[in-house]
Amino acid sequence: MKLIVRVWRQQNAQEKGRFETYEAQDISSDMSFLEMLDVLNEQLIAQGHEPIAFDHDCREGICGMCSLVINGRPHGPDKGVTACQLHMRRFKDGDTITIEPWRARAFPVVKDLVVDRSAFDRIIEAGGYVSVKTGSAPEANTVPVPKPAAEDAMDAAACIGCGACVAACPNASAMLFVAAKVAHLSDLPQGQVEHKARVQDMVQAMDHEGFGNCTNHYECMAACPKQIHVKFIARLNRDYLRATTHP
Amino acid sequence: MTLDPKVPAGPLAEKWDQHRLALKLVNPANKRKYRVIVVGTGLAGASAAASLAELGYPVEVFCFQDSPRRAHSIAAQGGINAAKNYPNDGDSIDRLFYDTIKGGDFRSREASVYRLAQVSNAIIDQCVAQGVPFAREYSGYLANRSFGGAQVSRTFYARGQTGQQLLLGAYQALMRQVALKQVTLHTRSEMLDLIVVDGEAKGIIVRNLLTGQMTAHTADAVVLATGGYSPVFYLSTNAKGCNVTATYRAYKQGAFFANPCYTQIHPTCIPVSGHYQSKLTLMSESLRNDGRIWVPKQAGDARAPQDIPEVERDYYLERKYPSYGNLAPRDIASRSAKAICDAGQGVGPGGQGVYLDFRDALQRLGRPVIEERYGNLFQMYAQITGEDPYRSSMRIYPAAHYAMGGLWVDYNLMSTLPGLFVIGEANFADHGANRLGASALMQGLADGYFILPYTIGDYLVRTKPGAVQTDHPKARAGVDTARAQVNRLLAVNGSRTPESFHRELGKIMWDHCGMARSAESLKAALAQIPPLREAFWRDVKVLGSGAQLNQSLEQAGRVADFLEFAELLVQDALHREESCGGHFRVEHQTSEGEAQRDDERFAYVAAWQHQGAGKPSVLHQEPLQFEAVHLAQRSYK
Repeated sequence: MKLIVRVWRQQNAQEKGRFETYEAQDISSDMSFLEMLDVLNEQLIAQGHEPIAFDHDCREGICGMCSLVINGRPHGPDKGVTACQLHMRRFKDGDTITIEPWRARAFPVVKDLVVDRSAFDRIIEAGGYVSVKTGSAPEANTVPVPKPAAEDAMDAAACIGCGACVAACPNASAMLFVAAKVAHLSDLPQGQVEHKARVQDMVQAMDHEGFGNCTNHYECMAACPKQIHVKFIARLNRDYLRATTHP
Repeated sequence: MTLDPKVPAGPLAEKWDQHRLALKLVNPANKRKYRVIVVGTGLAGASAAASLAELGYPVEVFCFQDSPRRAHSIAAQGGINAAKNYPNDGDSIDRLFYDTIKGGDFRSREASVYRLAQVSNAIIDQCVAQGVPFAREYSGYLANRSFGGAQVSRTFYARGQTGQQLLLGAYQALMRQVALKQVTLHTRSEMLDLIVVDGEAKGIIVRNLLTGQMTAHTADAVVLATGGYSPVFYLSTNAKGCNVTATYRAYKQGAFFANPCYTQIHPTCIPVSGHYQSKLTLMSESLRNDGRIWVPKQAGDARAPQDIPEVERDYYLERKYPSYGNLAPRDIASRSAKAICDAGQGVGPGGQGVYLDFRDALQRLGRPVIEERYGNLFQMYAQITGEDPYRSSMRIYPAAHYAMGGLWVDYNLMSTLPGLFVIGEANFADHGANRLGASALMQGLADGYFILPYTIGDYLVRTKPGAVQTDHPKARAGVDTARAQVNRLLAVNGSRTPESFHRELGKIMWDHCGMARSAESLKAALAQIPPLREAFWRDVKVLGSGAQLNQSLEQAGRVADFLEFAELLVQDALHREESCGGHFRVEHQTSEGEAQRDDERFAYVAAWQHQGAGKPSVLHQEPLQFEAVHLAQRSYK
């Protein structure tokens, strides 16, 4: 296949970015989307152009590093997968593909398609944990956890912290990310002790980082590669209200 | 020099307890005076950094990713072993110890493996307390499943994302310490060298990947938790960023590198689809609990798998290893797949594949159960191949996956350089010549949570805190050397990309030093690597500058180290004239094609010492003494 690729190029956070258009030659339908970018980059280097910078690592949909908006959709057209799991069989010969970075005030562009997502780390830092020191844990089966609670916790804990929810939201809200972590820990008895403080501290950190508010567009759930449900946002709102009114 | 593993005296089961009592302690008020650097934030690094910070040590943490949560431990799928014996099926610390040492083909240190089995249970306790959502029974108690090389169910799991959940637990513990200002976090920072002063490790040289700034960071001890080196084969199941640079630079500074030829080729990966392939994707070994591996009996049978009747299928693992069947250890399953494909019975493009079949399991258990157990793996397979694994067999083939070799460490996890500790996959550790499934997560967390925090104090208490600062001549010289290397890479301005050199090296390694090795193939590799390395330094092309984010430059630096390290790996493989675990020398096999060890000559850890550029490394041996275990040929029949 031959493809026309429109890519956002931006030298650094200070300079203005622009779209550049390239032709990607010899693209096989079995390639992953990132392999297509690898091939394009090899072509660019051969022509003496600096390759396109993009974040990637595991290339199997779990590290959360890849962060491309493909034809206007975070992680591209397929539901429930990351950009690295998207394959070129999804496109046709001659297609034009537009690739942009995550766009949100809280995720400033570093270079080309690479953004700074350290805001997520700072939100976790604010309370996304159970404060248990190494060595002080009781025997693992001391506290049974009902299977439905464990399953619900796992549904929320599946979040890979990629930030697609923020990129998809018209308000650049991080509510799904925060809600998923709060739900994961509050579903389990181990997370109960610090629950109220956690909800308040994480929401405060989220606001402080400059993420927007949730106005129920549900674009986050549609874009989430792990299909994390917006029901967790409803629960976050309820938990937050309860924690502030009955501290 | 003599290689002293510092294994404590006394009965095997009491060594660790007695040793902990003998280790010197740093009093709580003094802990804050000792700084510790931790490089890498996977299971080992994150758990160690969090635990050391909880003890009161100021810790500086470095990772090349944009967040510590993205370290490649995140991709581990199947599970983590522990000797809890919850299923009441006969497990015990002794059995986990024995399975692990046998699985490693009797090439690991007995006392270290025993300790690993001993602390395994505490890891599960710790992770549950952190909120790791392990799979549970309807009763609410923890569930287990089976993995290769074991006849008990001792593996704990969180769907197909166990590594992710364990890492998030360790990451969250780490971020709690960041909030408490006990840990300083440096992301997008790559270690390029080790600072050694008077023979002791006292810091590292780091390149900030966003600004290109090169800085020295000093401390009273350095902990490397930088993972393995499987991408020396180019195609592997590792993340694209995984590299040997940190451990290899430490080796060049004097730390011994142990058993580099022990590499694990994982049997269940999605086969290569084309020349552009950038990585291979693992399908968890847990699939072998319910999936059956087979090939058509007739070579070249072109029918679709579902059209091939039962009698015309060769379930070769079940045939060859009836007592372990599809759960034979990884090295054996991989070699069997290669043998059957070499015999012409392979399936798929190029005949480089075997079937992994869930037809019987789907009939027996029904689709909902299979979805619950393996749903995300099936989805991953469908996404990559465009085929539906619920309707027809999956195709799999072995791929480079894990490095059992690594920097040599003693019982205290300290390398031959005092002050340099090495944990997790980065050390040569506990897996001998082959690692069993669900043991990497166990080892990484054992080192980080429950071993290093005890042993590091015994070193620190003997040193003067803050002895070396960043204005030390060695620190400045390190910065200059690292900067010179970057400038040298940018200055070549040749015609080939770093990627193309990496691919070429990978092909040499896979063809000549992969699943089957011979003196002839290894000598061929040794003849091909140096010219490739010279070509690299003559003709590599790195565009852009060193003063900003430049992924091509990062890759070039890592490939440069792989081009040197590969030679060490091959040299080790050539010297070890026996077959053991993942190291299979075709000259040394039984009449049935199984690995033939030579305990008379090779029951030792091979630790290599760097002698300077262009000089051959010197081999040191740590003899392996077995008190509790009787050395036997591994049998899984």
